[in-house]
Amino acid sequence: MVLQAIAFYLLAATTVGAALAVISARNPVHSVLFLIAAFFSAAGLFVMMGAEFLAMLLVVVYVGAVAVLFLFVVMMLDVDFAALRAGSVRYLPIGAAVAGLLTVEMVLVATSVATNGAAAHSEGPLAPVGSSTNAEAIGRVLYTDYVYFFQAAGLVLLVAMIGAIVLTLKHREGVKRQDVSAQTARTPKSGMRIVTIKSGEGIDL
Amino acid sequence: MIDWGSPVGWLLITVGQIAAVLVWILLSLAFMLWGDRKVWAGVMMRKGPNVVGPFGLFQSFADFLKFVLKEIVIPAGADKIVFMLAPLISFTLAFGAWAVMPLAPGWVVSNINVGVLYLFAISSLGVYGIIMGGWASNSKYPFLGSLRSAAQMVSYEVSIGFVIVTVILLSGSLNLQTIVEKQAGGFWNWNVLGGGGWKDLPAALVMIPMFVIFFISALAETNRPPFDLPEAESELVAGYQVEYSSTPYLLFMIGEYANIVLMCALMSVLFFGGWQAPFPTPFTASWNPTAASFFGFMWFFGKIIFFFFLFAMVKAIVPRYRYDQLMRLGWKVFLPTSLVAVIAISAWRVFGPGA
Repeated sequence: MVLQAIAFYLLAATTVGAALAVISARNPVHSVLFLIAAFFSAAGLFVMMGAEFLAMLLVVVYVGAVAVLFLFVVMMLDVDFAALRAGSVRYLPIGAAVAGLLTVEMVLVATSVATNGAAAHSEGPLAPVGSSTNAEAIGRVLYTDYVYFFQAAGLVLLVAMIGAIVLTLKHREGVKRQDVSAQTARTPKSGMRIVTIKSGEGIDL
Repeated sequence: MIDWGSPVGWLLITVGQIAAVLVWILLSLAFMLWGDRKVWAGVMMRKGPNVVGPFGLFQSFADFLKFVLKEIVIPAGADKIVFMLAPLISFTLAFGAWAVMPLAPGWVVSNINVGVLYLFAISSLGVYGIIMGGWASNSKYPFLGSLRSAAQMVSYEVSIGFVIVTVILLSGSLNLQTIVEKQAGGFWNWNVLGGGGWKDLPAALVMIPMFVIFFISALAETNRPPFDLPEAESELVAGYQVEYSSTPYLLFMIGEYANIVLMCALMSVLFFGGWQAPFPTPFTASWNPTAASFFGFMWFFGKIIFFFFLFAMVKAIVPRYRYDQLMRLGWKVFLPTSLVAVIAISAWRVFGPGA
């Protein structure tokens, strides 16, 4: 129990500290690195709650894929963040309003969970706890009660993917492309021609 | 006397286990590095390292001392903290992944239920060491090298993920120890041959190509030849590690080799039965549990060394890929093939005789 408490406070402090550093760091690359640290310690908190499957998914998806892309973009773009920050006072009221709204929502959700419990809307526990593993429990709920939402989320991702391809795919004319099957199917017969050259005449290619 | 059930005792036991695994990996890495160089030397008809110790066995330790005793050079324009953090991340992650590896019956530091996912997550984090190292060097060549390297690792991770999914489907578990236990009773029960004896043998038609894809992707994932484009020592400089010297470089290199050995271990666990012997072993039931575990450990270690030998041979005899060919192989060949294999294995599990 002592070890768990130590681990919790360590992870929680890292999460909050890293999250603060994300918005206060001067260098955008450092911001992304702190964001990764925040994700990672949040995954640690998930493990402490017994949601190890979610923790691993968080690391695989957000840290392993999404944050890599963030890092790529931030490193490649030469953004002058000082110039971007210049007008921030003008947008402060709107930003503060959004932040206040989010805080109120989070407090409301947290209090309702604390008083009613997380799964209060359904009868009984969603999945047998203890007998089944994490992945099994999530799979049972995801593919039964929430199967339509799951499919809809998949469709949204599919549309996003097709959209990205449509926006970036360009068929340019006159570009030499490599055709691997044509290359490997080449034989001496199709690839070369034996010519007897008469002295002083040359050949037409 | 310490109460082993108390938090302090638990902490001591875990730290002891971690230390034992670390020492074992580091020691075997030293000799595997030597073996690696001997294999290349053999292929190239050279002698290889043969001066330090008998047969040059202590070459790695001499190299280690050389690295540690040299001066650490940090470029003037480098981001110092990130620059030093990058090799540490590479090194730590490469060893952290070993926490869930089942070394023998009952020998595993942390037997978690999502072991496969943990391994996958940790190996997907390995990109950060490379990106951070390349970026923090504040120089164009390391940066370009790190981008190449990172793009390569991210691409091949996808097909590795799908190949792992096929194995999970066959085993029905994310726990590595369970995956190994399911392959007991002889080589015909190994996942590479369908994982269920004679009745699952048709699945081998899918699983053998899956193993080949995993092997090639593991080469690409660990930046080994023929996929060592970030490094390409004959035409480029050393990719993201140009500016690294001394101990930070050593950390990168040990991390890379630990990752290679990890991939070898993963191949033996997922496809070749891990610590299971290739024949039924009812006779170990009457043995002392420690002796039985050691018997299994020997098989596991032997398999790791076999796959490491394959890695070394590939480095010695296969010419390097071009970058666009590498991307084509990853995205246009391996990804669709492994995706189809996932569907095929799922169908086999639902409609096949083992259902």
